[in-house]
Amino acid sequence: MAETTSFTETDHGAASREEGARQVRAVPRWRRGLRPYLLIVPALLLTGGILYPFGLGLYYTLFDFSASKPRPDMVGFDNYRTVFTQDAFWNSAWVTVLYAVGAAAFETVLGVAVALLLHRSSIVGRVLEKILILPLMIAPVIAAIIWKLMLQPSVGVINHLLKPFGLGGVQWTDTPTGALLSSIAVDVWVYTPFVAILALAGLRSLPTSPFEAAAVDGAGWWYTFRRLTLPMLWPYVLVAVIFRFMDSLKVFDIIYALTEGGPGDSTVVLQIRAYLEAIRFQRYSFGISYTIVLWAVVYLAAMVLVRHLGRIQNRAAEVPK
Amino acid sequence: MRRKQRLLGWLADGALILYFVFALFPVAWMVILSLKPANQLFSTYFSFTPTLDGYRTVLGDSEGIPFVRFFVNSLVVSLGAVALSLVVGLPAAYASARWRFKGSENLMFTLLSFRFAPELTVIIPLFVLYQKLGLFDTYVGMVWVLQLVTLPLIVWIMRSYFADLTPELEQAALLDGYTRKQAFFKVALPLVKPGIAAVSLLAFIFAWNNFVFPLILTSSRAQTVTVGALSFLGGDRPKYNLTAAAALVSVVPPLLLALTIQRYLVRGLSFGAVKS
Repeated sequence: MAETTSFTETDHGAASREEGARQVRAVPRWRRGLRPYLLIVPALLLTGGILYPFGLGLYYTLFDFSASKPRPDMVGFDNYRTVFTQDAFWNSAWVTVLYAVGAAAFETVLGVAVALLLHRSSIVGRVLEKILILPLMIAPVIAAIIWKLMLQPSVGVINHLLKPFGLGGVQWTDTPTGALLSSIAVDVWVYTPFVAILALAGLRSLPTSPFEAAAVDGAGWWYTFRRLTLPMLWPYVLVAVIFRFMDSLKVFDIIYALTEGGPGDSTVVLQIRAYLEAIRFQRYSFGISYTIVLWAVVYLAAMVLVRHLGRIQNRAAEVPK
Repeated sequence: MRRKQRLLGWLADGALILYFVFALFPVAWMVILSLKPANQLFSTYFSFTPTLDGYRTVLGDSEGIPFVRFFVNSLVVSLGAVALSLVVGLPAAYASARWRFKGSENLMFTLLSFRFAPELTVIIPLFVLYQKLGLFDTYVGMVWVLQLVTLPLIVWIMRSYFADLTPELEQAALLDGYTRKQAFFKVALPLVKPGIAAVSLLAFIFAWNNFVFPLILTSSRAQTVTVGALSFLGGDRPKYNLTAAAALVSVVPPLLLALTIQRYLVRGLSFGAVKS
């Protein structure tokens, strides 16, 4: 049995049922009230330790801090103004969105398809299911290295295998479109199992009676899929889509190892641009400004998607089981 | 009708096999590349005399790339990150599952937001800060920053395990005269042990596979395998067999661990949003 639980509510029924038991031992009231805080303090300290650099980063963006200017001046929001007026930023934003939408869409369709095929549960499916997660556990940067070797135009194995089909010399990562599609392909290779695993868990937890009823009524495969499977499965798939879309908005490893943003700036996604600005050119403030803008975008996307997920889950809960 | 069914079954299996060829061929090809002698790298594709020279070179540090050291570094920082997250995260997960108190939800969501924050937002200021504090290129610096990866995972997933646990057992223990602390350590904790094991392994895998932190916050002494594997691609003639050997060696630990936690993956990968 699988079930989706929303991020927005947890079962705190436990708390009230415990009141009775907690009266048993004579622990002073003030100490009882303090207990959860004491348990959470270490985590708070650690969280603070991570929030501090984040706050520091925000503070840096108000200065023109770089390696060549160790004593920076306050410039207010100039960094952000510069970011938004640069063609380079809009190009990066465009590439990032293309990448994220492309990767998430491909992974969703392919992942759900693989899950549906595995759900039929043939002997072949049962054997293959055991190795489904393999690509997902390989570090994305290693995956990109593997594909880089395979996609080499002159000596790579992929062009070698394509030779019989008269496609020997495809310049995979040397053309703007090819580079973007190749990096999306690596993303799809790594993360399709992620969508498939979640979708399969969903499929295995669907109630059987509606499907039996549909079969009795002689409903076709396509009708059953469109009207029953997909709507009931959607909450599970949507969780996977949210994770994948938000993660690919901040892609770094795959692009860094496969194309380093090239050729030209055809695959310079926002995190790569921020890396180049801050680490290569050592313009710290400017680089951080890029990541803050990206962070805001990711945050907004998350809010919209999670709200949508909440609505979907409520609707799914109304489906009679 | 029956024949049509069987044909459809074959088609479905065929489609599955196609996907799995796409999924597995790259790994198989890496195995082939890593076993090729240097002089047969590009002359043939599938016929060659297998040799372990590539592995000997990579693991013998003979290219001037201390790969074994990177491997040990990965082990140390991943284990350190998971250990610290467990010590800090388990009590927090328990508290947030058992009590509702001021600010607990906000803290949980702050933690969750780390999971979706662009890493560089935190790393670039840390890059500047670590240089000042002497934490650049150290284990401590890496373990600290890896909390971004391991802590949200461990807290959120363990919270969902604790919340699934019926509180009656702990209450019974309290009635028997246990203290709250004993109830946690002797009743609640043992019951979620499988969950702890699984989430620890998953957190270890994600820490191990991380690339952007060591790329920016280490240079040599604390560098990890994910950054180290890229070194073999440098130079004018990339050494394909060495790169493949290094890539394969570096994916062994996560793959072995992943096989042992298959059952827990759904909850782990979805941060407790989907339970199986």
